[in-house]
Amino acid sequence: MTQPIIRLSGLDKFYGEFQALSQIDLDIQTGEFFSLLGPSGCGKTTLLRAIAGFETLSSGSLHIDGVSMEGVPANKRPTNMVFQSYAIFPHMSVAENIAYGLKARKLPKAEIKASVAEAINMVGLEGFDDRASHALSGGQRQRVALARALVLKPRVLLLDEPLSALDKKLREQMQSELRRLQRAVGITFVLVTHDQEEALTMSDRIAVMFDGKIEQVASPQILYGKPSTRKVAAFIGMMNFLDAKVLTTSGDNLEVEVQSLGKLTLPLEQATGGLDGCNSVGVRPEMLTILMGSQTSEREIEAEVTEVYYYGDMTYYDVKLPAKEDPITVTMRNTAGREVLEVGAKARVGWSTSSLLLLK
Amino acid sequence: MVGFQKWRRSESAQGLFLISPTLGFALLLLAVPLIMVVALSFWTQDYLTLDRTFTTANYQTAWTEPMYQYLMARSLKISIFVTAVTVLVAYPVAYFISFHVVPKRKAMWIFLITIPFWTSYLMRIFLWKVILGYNGVINGTLTGFGIIDEPLSFILYNQNAVVITLAHAWIPFAILPIFVALERVDRSLIEAAEDLGDSGIRRFFRVTLPLSMPGVIAATIIVFIPTIGDYVTPRLVGGPNGLMISNMIELQFKKANNAPLGAALAISAMGIVTFFALVFLWMNRKYVRGPS
Repeated sequence: MTQPIIRLSGLDKFYGEFQALSQIDLDIQTGEFFSLLGPSGCGKTTLLRAIAGFETLSSGSLHIDGVSMEGVPANKRPTNMVFQSYAIFPHMSVAENIAYGLKARKLPKAEIKASVAEAINMVGLEGFDDRASHALSGGQRQRVALARALVLKPRVLLLDEPLSALDKKLREQMQSELRRLQRAVGITFVLVTHDQEEALTMSDRIAVMFDGKIEQVASPQILYGKPSTRKVAAFIGMMNFLDAKVLTTSGDNLEVEVQSLGKLTLPLEQATGGLDGCNSVGVRPEMLTILMGSQTSEREIEAEVTEVYYYGDMTYYDVKLPAKEDPITVTMRNTAGREVLEVGAKARVGWSTSSLLLLK
Repeated sequence: MVGFQKWRRSESAQGLFLISPTLGFALLLLAVPLIMVVALSFWTQDYLTLDRTFTTANYQTAWTEPMYQYLMARSLKISIFVTAVTVLVAYPVAYFISFHVVPKRKAMWIFLITIPFWTSYLMRIFLWKVILGYNGVINGTLTGFGIIDEPLSFILYNQNAVVITLAHAWIPFAILPIFVALERVDRSLIEAAEDLGDSGIRRFFRVTLPLSMPGVIAATIIVFIPTIGDYVTPRLVGGPNGLMISNMIELQFKKANNAPLGAALAISAMGIVTFFALVFLWMNRKYVRGPS
């Protein structure tokens, strides 16, 4: 593998007694769209700001492009940042904002003009050159912030929750636009977000963080399909959990006793985070089916519908399994001929052993 | 009558009732004397009687007599100096409090800065006389250490003394608006400037200073307008060369027994101050609005 563009090792950050980051080891590859995902207060923004040079490390090292960033101030790092508030200079026009970093580099005027025009084109803000920042919409401000950073052709672009201030529709549009931009410019993007959907749809790889620690680093498919811990599984998408106990291991197979489902044999690889401390089984709601009429499934279990949420294209059922207090969720696509069950109805829930994950 | 009843119950009427005591007070003590001074400036005084025929002779004297022109120019010059010194000293102090004092101590710092101004202004002027005087603190120290042989004479009873004393008096009033403006500068803008490659000094001149200009302009107005008409300070520490236009106005009203000329001088000074204030306000509008 080629040298990673960003290498963090043994990184710690303390604020007094409070440890914001603990033992972060992470490699980010050149040209990747990488996301730091986690609930608020998990340290993801601190980590991003540490990469940008706005936070000093308590211990550990940070290399960008193989060069140690120790003692290198933010204005000398090959990174640029899109701030959560966008931080558009209010006393400057759109063009002046975008030219800011180029002027800081004391480039010739003609070159600055050409680069600014190109950047304005790239983010689709033609004709807005002389617009004052207070006369811009949220989406336009975001584009100015992007252009202002990208025009400097950084090695890494850091984005601090850039979409959180936008409404849903604009957010979706900007998601695909960010992705398109990233592919077009080929710059490594590091995005901080608390929105799992955003991270899943945009990223090549995602680091999930809790309490200042990285829980799992993986591609979106692996993160969703094979989360390594119960925490990650619960944070990304919906997941039903059943108590479980590993009875015996024989070769590549595990003998497991699962709440409501009974004694099962699972392949070792379905213990995605290793065998140590496994005490629950997770299954995604869409991996379960409500069986109708003569439909059959690999396995099935009798259950009672306790709640129905009808979403038009989908129906979410809360169903109560025997020998489990809390109901589990089953999501069904409302295809032709499928009837929506009512609360209190008996349901046959179909499942398969291959959709179960053994988690700690 | 119905219309009046309706008006009495309206919100604007209730608002007017609410402010009427203050409004009446202000009219009585501000507007009425001002109108009287304006009227006076168009009359003539003949010993103890006032000739109430309209004349612009007072203004002609006020604007053409070299002595009055000279005093007006000196007043302007002194207050421009005072304003420049005050703002230049106040800015770093405000900057320090806003950027380097931990948030929970900021209020205490501001409080400490205002403490000297609980003392009477007259007292502070006399203290400056003690500090700057011929046998004062500065001269005493310098001669004592043998740095100078003769006491410095350029620091008291001249314009320098007026500038020093007034600048000291007005500094907190300059620190406060600048501090408020600096507090309102979004710190992420300064980080953005750093991120985009600017060093500390460059991002100060490209981001922090332009964004705090409304505070600087407010400070300028607050200091400039009252100092141009200051009367006590030049009288006490200015000596004969430090006298300003307000001292002349007093002279006209009292010893020279020519109140109309004094009124004309006062109104002229007011006009000049208004002109400058409008220029500052226009500059402020420009900064607040940003690029159009």
